[in-house]
Amino acid sequence: MSASRRPVSYEDVTGTLRERARDALGDAQLGGNLKGSSSSWAAGRARVGREHPFAEMRERAREIRTGAVRDLPALLDRLQERVEAAGGTVYRAADGAAACDYVVGLARERDARLVAKSKSMATEEIKLNEALEAADLEVVETDLGEWIIQLAKHHPSHIIAPAVHLNRTQVAELFAQEAGASVPDEREALVAHARRRLREVFAAADIGVSGVNLAVADTGTICVVENEGNGRLVTALPRVHVAVMGMERVVADWDDAAHILQLLPMAAIGDDAAGYVNLLTGPRREGESDGPEELHLVIVDGGRSALRGTEFEEILNCIRCGACLYSCPMWRTVGGQAYGSPYSGPIGAVLTPLLEGPSSQSATELPYFSSLCGACHEACPVGIPLHDLLVKARGRVADRRPPAERLGIRVWSALWRTRVGYALTRGAARAGLRLIGRRGWVGRLPGPGSGWTSQRDLPTRWPPR
Amino acid sequence: MRTCLVDHVAPSVGRAARTVLERSGVEVVVPRGQTCCAQPAWSAGHPEQARPVARRTLRVFRGEDPVVVPSGSCAAMLRHGYPELFEGTPQQAEARELADRTVELTQLLARHGLRPRAAGRGSVTYHDSCHMLRLLGERESPRSAIAGVEGLELREMEGTEVCCGFGGTFSVGYPEVSGRLGEEKARNAAAADADELVACDLSCLLHIAGRARRTGIPLRVRHLAEVLAE
Repeated sequence: MSASRRPVSYEDVTGTLRERARDALGDAQLGGNLKGSSSSWAAGRARVGREHPFAEMRERAREIRTGAVRDLPALLDRLQERVEAAGGTVYRAADGAAACDYVVGLARERDARLVAKSKSMATEEIKLNEALEAADLEVVETDLGEWIIQLAKHHPSHIIAPAVHLNRTQVAELFAQEAGASVPDEREALVAHARRRLREVFAAADIGVSGVNLAVADTGTICVVENEGNGRLVTALPRVHVAVMGMERVVADWDDAAHILQLLPMAAIGDDAAGYVNLLTGPRREGESDGPEELHLVIVDGGRSALRGTEFEEILNCIRCGACLYSCPMWRTVGGQAYGSPYSGPIGAVLTPLLEGPSSQSATELPYFSSLCGACHEACPVGIPLHDLLVKARGRVADRRPPAERLGIRVWSALWRTRVGYALTRGAARAGLRLIGRRGWVGRLPGPGSGWTSQRDLPTRWPPR
Repeated sequence: MRTCLVDHVAPSVGRAARTVLERSGVEVVVPRGQTCCAQPAWSAGHPEQARPVARRTLRVFRGEDPVVVPSGSCAAMLRHGYPELFEGTPQQAEARELADRTVELTQLLARHGLRPRAAGRGSVTYHDSCHMLRLLGERESPRSAIAGVEGLELREMEGTEVCCGFGGTFSVGYPEVSGRLGEEKARNAAAADADELVACDLSCLLHIAGRARRTGIPLRVRHLAEVLAE
């Protein structure tokens, strides 16, 4: 498999993060797509900031989320009790594998053949599609962006805009491949094609699988926020609705839920409201004309409860809006694909290593893929100090970094804690610059300096001329 | 505080900062034995290697005078990093006390209404370095320092608040991405059509200037202190 082929399929995420990032830099099309979408997000966010008391809303949201994470066990018990009282079934999965087993088992019991899905990061995380397909079920994503990347076999490149790395010509090619006939690369034609194909899926699906943006403990209500109406169809038309949520999605009551639901589209798309907010309490009741016969809520732990009470606890406050991605200079430069995991950007660089464990490749790479500029913290609608958490995530794997780096830091520390050691390096640096820098610039340095000069010259006199 | 980078590659910036302060009527003491704020090890995830170096900084800057730093990033390390780095250690109180006394150069000027009476001319564009902007929360003091120089015009560039891509060890860990961001910053700075680019952090400037030269973007850079010392 070639690391230089772009874009990278999740089936062949290879090489190092640095290699994938380098490949992404070579893709001018990708760069253009990312720049366009981030700028329109930034414009929307600026407008939201002017028209709403965003700072106060953010502080309140932070309090709500912190409280929910603090009271998590009690809230989940209450949620379960209320969902069951409304006629739903709750399954608490210790990890992704258990969650997948439950959904696959349910599909088998119900003799299901076709599963329609609406957008969900939790199911990306637990690899539910792969599990269902391995059990010979057909799975179709019905969120337009998710359907596109399902056809391309890509990881989502953004939490709410999964196909943001692709443009309409690339999308038309994917649609044509799937349909076995050409599809014009015009926006309206593409949407019409998707609508036609996906309508067939909504009508025929035996099971609808959705994510959960928020679950309200007080009433047992699941909130599914979306912009295309597909979420409404997935949760209403098939006989069985399975909702999959990370355990931290819960909030206490409707006061809290209303605030987060208001803030979510502001942060995510720079808009005052999302297209659809579906509020689902239990399955279809006597006398109702629509809704599923069965509702199953799968609550996934997957390493989350272990984060409570740790220095990383605040990561559980995340409402999955994707604002930190759009705000991140690194994400904007290489896109989410290069991260090689469902969650990308600053939230992904902190969360993925926590979920995958300190010995994973992601843990030793992702936290270092940041300039620690702090734009993510500024953008976060619940005020997670992502730049601080990135530093802490580095600390967790510091002893697994390359030996040369660890030795370098130890030598540095030993020298610079003393005057003599410091004077030594200063003398060497100044003498070195005088020696090599006759023309004022150096283009190539040996050893540790080569990382610098691979991309930049070094001025030997200041100010440089 | 001189900062290690100034000390190693651009001592003229330290001298300029001193000139600026003295012309503003401030008595300047540069304590001997200072080395580094220890941010490189701290942000790379090695607090235990950072602490001995930072303890030296604590010791060297004991007293009651404000500690003035010609770098937004090093000042932010002292202000926000130290209380955390020394939390639960015997130096906890001392670290907090130093944090409260630490201030970036233009912040000191702004807070005390100091005017270095610089003889400026032409125009500059200003790069908001990330830690200055987002950790110290300082957008105004460098701009008011520039505005205080008669005959000097500030021409804002596009994306002035976007990171230049330096990021300490990030610059050598992911040099290609770092380089791309540096190039974009250099292009924006050049497009501002000012005589030179200034900032309050030498690290960003070394990176931007070096990347500009490598990619053939004509750009002159100086530390803001050097402009104010003219």
